[in-house]
Parts: sequence; structure tokens; C-alpha cells
Amino acid sequence: MTKFNAWNVIKNGLNGQSYWTRQWRDPEPKSSYDVVIIGGGLHGLATAYYLAKNHNIKNVAVLEKGWIGGGNAGRNTTIVRSNYMMPGNHEFYEHSLKLWENLSHELNYNVMFSQRAHVSLFHSPGAKDSVSRIYNIMRLHGTDAELWDLKTLKKKIPHLNYHNSRFPILGAAVQKRAGNARHDAVAWGYARAADTLGVDILQNCEVTGFTRKNGNIESIQTSRGIIKGKKIGFAVAGNTSVLWQMAELGNLPIESHKLQAFVSEAVKPLLDQVVVYGVGGAHFYISQSDKGSMVFGGDLDWYKSYAQRGNLPMVQDVAEAAMAIFPSLGRIRLLRHWAGVMDMTMDGSFFICKTPISNLYLNAGWNYGGFKASPASGWYFADLIANESPHNYVQNHNLERFEKGINIDERGAGPDPKLHG
Amino acid sequence: MIRINCPYCGERDHNEFSYGGDATINYPSLDASEKEWTEAIFFRKNIKGFQFETWHHSNGCRMWLVVERSTVTHEIKSVKPCHPDLQKVVKNNK
Repeated sequence: MTKFNAWNVIKNGLNGQSYWTRQWRDPEPKSSYDVVIIGGGLHGLATAYYLAKNHNIKNVAVLEKGWIGGGNAGRNTTIVRSNYMMPGNHEFYEHSLKLWENLSHELNYNVMFSQRAHVSLFHSPGAKDSVSRIYNIMRLHGTDAELWDLKTLKKKIPHLNYHNSRFPILGAAVQKRAGNARHDAVAWGYARAADTLGVDILQNCEVTGFTRKNGNIESIQTSRGIIKGKKIGFAVAGNTSVLWQMAELGNLPIESHKLQAFVSEAVKPLLDQVVVYGVGGAHFYISQSDKGSMVFGGDLDWYKSYAQRGNLPMVQDVAEAAMAIFPSLGRIRLLRHWAGVMDMTMDGSFFICKTPISNLYLNAGWNYGGFKASPASGWYFADLIANESPHNYVQNHNLERFEKGINIDERGAGPDPKLHG
Repeated sequence: MIRINCPYCGERDHNEFSYGGDATINYPSLDASEKEWTEAIFFRKNIKGFQFETWHHSNGCRMWLVVERSTVTHEIKSVKPCHPDLQKVVKNNK
């Protein structure tokens, strides 16, 4: 694999770009691995990378039923932030943000991480109090957080709708270190970096069954033959329940819902931040990609689904929210929209934990927030698999927390997965 | 758009309804163990395929329905009232 640096760029520039090697190999599956990660999304690839990098476990395979970047890695709105308040969550997401800050150097791949600020609007004194509490908690834990009054906000983003009499904008809660990144580059960067360290990335390799022996999973049946793994990790987001039942483990505190995202035609620079608008029944977040497209999204489709396609009522909902806050978008044309299958959990928080099978580990339940979490998710999942005990940050992110009554419910929405947006 | 054939009102767009959830949950008795209650409240089959689920006709007759729907294709096989006795009352009052 050719390293990306100034010397190689110049050399290849003079040689007709003919010496670049492929980004990662396309190996045949070996019969057995030390660790097999099922799911070649951002979390699976990051896990494989940190297993090799941090724990020197290099005999690792990542099984992907489709192609790298074809699942939720390519179905998100690329927002990165760490504005969480619950114990465990804020440390975890803050570590993730710190990993993001150095990710391009770490992977030798430009993930185009842009810390352009995450601006969350508030529209009532109650909302201001509530968000002030959360952002104060963040500050107490060393995360950057600030409030912008109306004057500052108007100066920074002059073209919001400041004349909405039903939901007047009073100001915004801001995390300046937050922003967005290029989602494909993150998937490719982790795949390339993991491959360089010896990880086998097996695409078009769908898991069809498990063979159990002495309580453990001995081997995995796949569309590319039988693969043995000493340790096995699930990182398959919306399809976790399917694999879980394939391993005959029963039910999970997860429901699969679909979330839509939208991208418009490219326009001249219009928005320098990530803006979030949430009032009453509306939820809307928007940023502008480096190409100029407006990238935005809203709520779930409100009913359980494994279909990777969205439904029209939510398209209308999101368009209405866009017009309420950004009237200047009125004539912009939508290029495409897509839906990803979200593993919505009963309290809105994730799982990085052991399972009833001693050589099986679970990484799931990312709700809306899987993209920003991927570096830390890989980091702590690799840590769990290598050391066989969870790090302090994720010690309560397990399946037992519901029975113990220690749910990690950021939103306080209760046991209804679709409400944890 | 999913079209749901409400037994009280006829076929309507799904945005007249709100999604409830898994219709097959049997809540245990009040003195059942914590484990049974945890299972009933927090754990789900999360079926990929046809499942029974509840929908509330919130912008219509406000009745709860049991819908058999595929979570992959969104095809609906059957729609029944959650409480058939209520349907009789509604019919008798007409």
C-alpha cells in the first residue's frame, strides 16, 4: 500500500499516477482467525484496526455481507459531536471526538474532519435552561460548550428565520470542536489502515449460520465458506437481532427503525456550521458538504422497519422543518435521499459488552449516533475483546442494565425505542 | 405511503395512524419476577419479516388496531381491531 505523502503525490504526478497500489487487498478467507468481526461498517473496521494497533492482535477478519461503505457507513449525515451528559456517555463521546481530531494523521487518510461548530438552537426559556444544564455538565467534564445569545447567533448565521413567531429563536447551545467529516473516507481510511496491519477484509461474505460447541461458537457459516474464530464480535447495527437469533440467544432490547437523510444539489457556500432545530414535533439538522450540497435529516419514520428506503410523510416533515428555519432553501432541489436501518435501543444508549456466549462480544445499539461514535466504539470494543473485561467508560453499557434499573437514558424518553432520537 | 385498512373507517394513509409496537407482548402478573418484567418491558424479538404490531388511528377513529405487516417490504396481510367487542358496540350504535 502506497503511503499518502507529499513525496508520493509528486512522484506519481510525474509518472501518470501509475504507481498507486490498491487501498486494501481482496483476500480469500482463511479457515480460522483469532478474532472475527461480523460487520464491515465503521464500527467493525475501527474495531479491527484498534485490535491490530492497540492490542497487537493481527490475525483478524472483518466479514461484510455487501461492500465497504455500502451500509450505514454511507447512510448518515456525517455529524460529529460529544454533547452528552450521562456518566459513561460523556467520557466515551469526548474520547471519540479526541480520536476524530487526529484521525486523518492516524490513518494516513484525509477524512476531511471539519470542526465547524455544532449549533443547537433553542426557542423557549425552558429549552434554554434544559440545554444550559447539559452544556454545564459537559464543561465540568472538560468538554468545550458554550451558549450564544441572539446577537452572536445573528452575526454568525444571519440567514436563519429570526421572524418565526411560533418558535422564536432565543439563542443556541454550541460545541465549537464539533463538526462533520467525509463518511466514505472514514470507512476507506479504517479499511486501508486495518488491511495494512494484516487484517483480512472479506466483502460479499454474508453470515448464514453458527456452529456451537461446548457453549461457544466454534465456526461461522458464510456465503464464502466456513470460517472459524476464537473470538467473535458482532458489529452489525440494525441487523443485530437477526444475528442474535441466528445464534439462538433470544430477544434483545433493540428495535430496528429507519432514519432518512437528504442531500441537495450543490450551491455556493451558504452555511459554515452544523445547525440543529428541534421544537415540538419537529427535528431537523443540516450542514453543507465540501462539495456544496446541503446535507440534512430529521426524525425516524416512526414505525419499525428493516427496509433501507424512506417513506414520504417524513420527507414532507423534514421539508417543512427546513422551510421553518431556513426559508432560503425554498427553491433548492433535492438530489437524493436514503434510509439506514438504526438499532434503536430501549434507553437510547449503546451496548459494548459480553454476551451469554463466552467467546461472543456485542457492539450494537447506536441509535441515531453511530457515525460520531465509530472511533471510540472501535477503541473500546477492541479493548473488551482483547482484555475480556469492559473499560470503566462502558462498564454499564451492557444488557443487564435494564434489569438492574440503571438505564442510560439521555433523553428520559422511557422504554420506547422510536422516541430516542 | 403505507395504506392501512381500518376496520372502522376504511383504507387510509399511514400518517393518520401512530405506530404502537409489538402486539404479541404478554405482560406478566403483578407479582411476577423482575426478570419476567424486564423481558416484557425491554426485550423484543425485533422480527425481520411479518410481525403483529399495534397501530393507533390517532387522527381518525382513535381505535387501536393489530396489523400484520412485513418489516422488510411493508406489505400488510391483515388488520384487526385490538378490542373486537368495541367494534360490536360501535356497530350497534350506528
